[in-house]
Amino acid sequence: MTVKTATGAPAPLPPEGSAAAKRGFWAWLNKRLPVDTFISTQMTEYYAPKNFNIWYYFGSIALVVLALQLLTGIFLTMFYKPGDLTAFDSVEYIMREVDYGWLIRYLHSTGASAFFVVVYLHMFRALLYGSYKAPRELLWLLGMLVYLALMAEAFMGYVLPWGNMSFWGAQVIVNLFGTIPGIGPELVLWIRGDYAIADATLNRFFSLHVAALPLALLLLVVLHLVALHEVGSNNPDGNEIEKKLGADGRPLDGIPFHPYYTVKDIAGIGVFFVLFALVVFFVPTLGGLFLEQANFEPANPVSTPLEIHPVWYFTPYYAILRAVPDQRIGALLLLLAVAAFLFLPWLDRSPVRSMRYRGWMSRTALALFTLSFLVLGFLGLQPAEGLYVVLARIFAVVYFAFFLLMPVYTWLDPVKPVPERVTYHAH
Amino acid sequence: MRTEPRTGAVRGAGTAAAAGRTVVLAAVLVPLVLVVSAASAQEAGGAAADKEGAGWQSWHANNDVADMASVQRGARNFVSYCLGCHSLKYERWSRLGTDLGVPAQLLQNDLLPPGDKATAYILTAMPADDAAVWFGKTPPDLSLVARARGRDYLYQYLKTFYVDPTRQTGANDLALPTTAMPDVLSELEGLKRAVFRDAVTPGEGGQATHTQVFDHFEPLAPGRISAAEFDGFVRDTVNFLDYVSEPTQTARRALGVWVVLFLLVFTWLAWLMKREYWKDVH
Repeated sequence: MTVKTATGAPAPLPPEGSAAAKRGFWAWLNKRLPVDTFISTQMTEYYAPKNFNIWYYFGSIALVVLALQLLTGIFLTMFYKPGDLTAFDSVEYIMREVDYGWLIRYLHSTGASAFFVVVYLHMFRALLYGSYKAPRELLWLLGMLVYLALMAEAFMGYVLPWGNMSFWGAQVIVNLFGTIPGIGPELVLWIRGDYAIADATLNRFFSLHVAALPLALLLLVVLHLVALHEVGSNNPDGNEIEKKLGADGRPLDGIPFHPYYTVKDIAGIGVFFVLFALVVFFVPTLGGLFLEQANFEPANPVSTPLEIHPVWYFTPYYAILRAVPDQRIGALLLLLAVAAFLFLPWLDRSPVRSMRYRGWMSRTALALFTLSFLVLGFLGLQPAEGLYVVLARIFAVVYFAFFLLMPVYTWLDPVKPVPERVTYHAH
Repeated sequence: MRTEPRTGAVRGAGTAAAAGRTVVLAAVLVPLVLVVSAASAQEAGGAAADKEGAGWQSWHANNDVADMASVQRGARNFVSYCLGCHSLKYERWSRLGTDLGVPAQLLQNDLLPPGDKATAYILTAMPADDAAVWFGKTPPDLSLVARARGRDYLYQYLKTFYVDPTRQTGANDLALPTTAMPDVLSELEGLKRAVFRDAVTPGEGGQATHTQVFDHFEPLAPGRISAAEFDGFVRDTVNFLDYVSEPTQTARRALGVWVVLFLLVFTWLAWLMKREYWKDVH
């Protein structure tokens, strides 16, 4: 916005960023809404460590996927009809007769799986660089709440197409609540709203999926970001850039989030979308992993699919559930397997955050845990028989040992000294 | 659309419903009659040396939805042989016409059941309740069968019918044992018998388990077309069902190429921009 003087020559601009630099509508707006303040504190004056590597893309990608899910979800809701007699037909109507309905639906179904891919990588990054350690405990807990809300959101969304796997998957998962001593059976009845998974269940899941849970997700994501910007980002070296300030009071190893990380993340999001589009346009079912074969048959209470299993992102926990003969103990272990992440900030006794400066014990433990998560994920997709059950038991033990033994091995672990400055090589 | 009749022409308007009934009746009766005559011919036939049908579980449909002529032939096959009992309740005739390039007039005259509008869904004339009584279960809708069961399964199912006098329909199937569906394609393929061999599994305490394992097919009576032609017929039909299970799939792949190309260029430019900005970071 240049201001002309009486002679027609442009007036010299006031210094960048000063209040006088903003005139007209922008100034009017900022007197009433802290737009500039928000942009500067959250973006242009928010200093992030300059040594972020590939693991640091997944937070912003998760945000983009959330936006994509909300947007495509809004359009799907315009045509989807909850109800045991209408749901399956309306999804096929979207796939066949709504203009680009197939695209919206595949974006949403692929987006659900992509969300978990991205969130799991984002969580792995936190494990790799100790991002959950003080002072970021609450940041980690809020992130875990996002993950829990996402699990509920995904589960209920998976029931909506009312395919046969939707129906039987809901049956299995809702029945888990029945294992709670005392109130179990009554609780299951209350959740379902009927004596079986039925129309009432579908409608309340729809309500929760499109209203309650997205609101909760959004709120938690905002809180997660506020907490992040309060404590500042961790980095692959696990040191604090706030401890080394320059003469201007800014972190020597920090760079403004905008423009540096916005342009970097746009490129990362581009790479993500290439892979995402390859799935959406060429293998939307991903061989039955993202959209299962049995779900192309309508829900049928008298015909069980050959193998009932949840979608891939729940299968590590499902494998743990099935590894135990007693269903009640299995359900308890499933709950603990998810909840264990909440205690990480207090289980980890290492003086060092990043795996770069930790010893062989922490590294081996993380490697074994990652392996167990992947193997359990595979086993959850297989029938629970023979060798598969044996393997599920072995890796369930490895899974829990990672958490239970953490105070011991992180305390014994020989660590290396952490440099004061971040490791960064300009390209 | 190619309309040259190769294996049973597209029926003319006005006879579709009636023909539908005929197909059903024929489907039930023909195998029964043939079973009786075939049973006597069986003795003289002798075993096929080449183990026909062995390894059927690894057969692949190898169909190509982009092969429009094949999808068109499959549509004709469906109308002639499947529509008597099975619906495609999610597909409209007009959609089929548009996607398969069938001119409106041809669609009206040769494919549409009399009285149906082009905007109607593709529904069988057979009443579901009657069908349930006649076959023991209502023949399933086939709109999504290729996605729910897989193309290879459909191909194997249609190719492994065999004569089985113990079944009410006179027919049985390797891919779906005790299938309720009669061998409606037998007039084209001919009739074949399944030869089983005794497989002995040694069990605990010297008690062996005997099971009947499929060995090979033996032809009993020739059909109207050759084996190779029948194979093409089945492949075309599966191809059509593949199309119906996701009518937008060709458009999806076509659009996908452009989207991915755009994203690659976008990402490349975004990366250049990142490099430019990051020159300041040391």
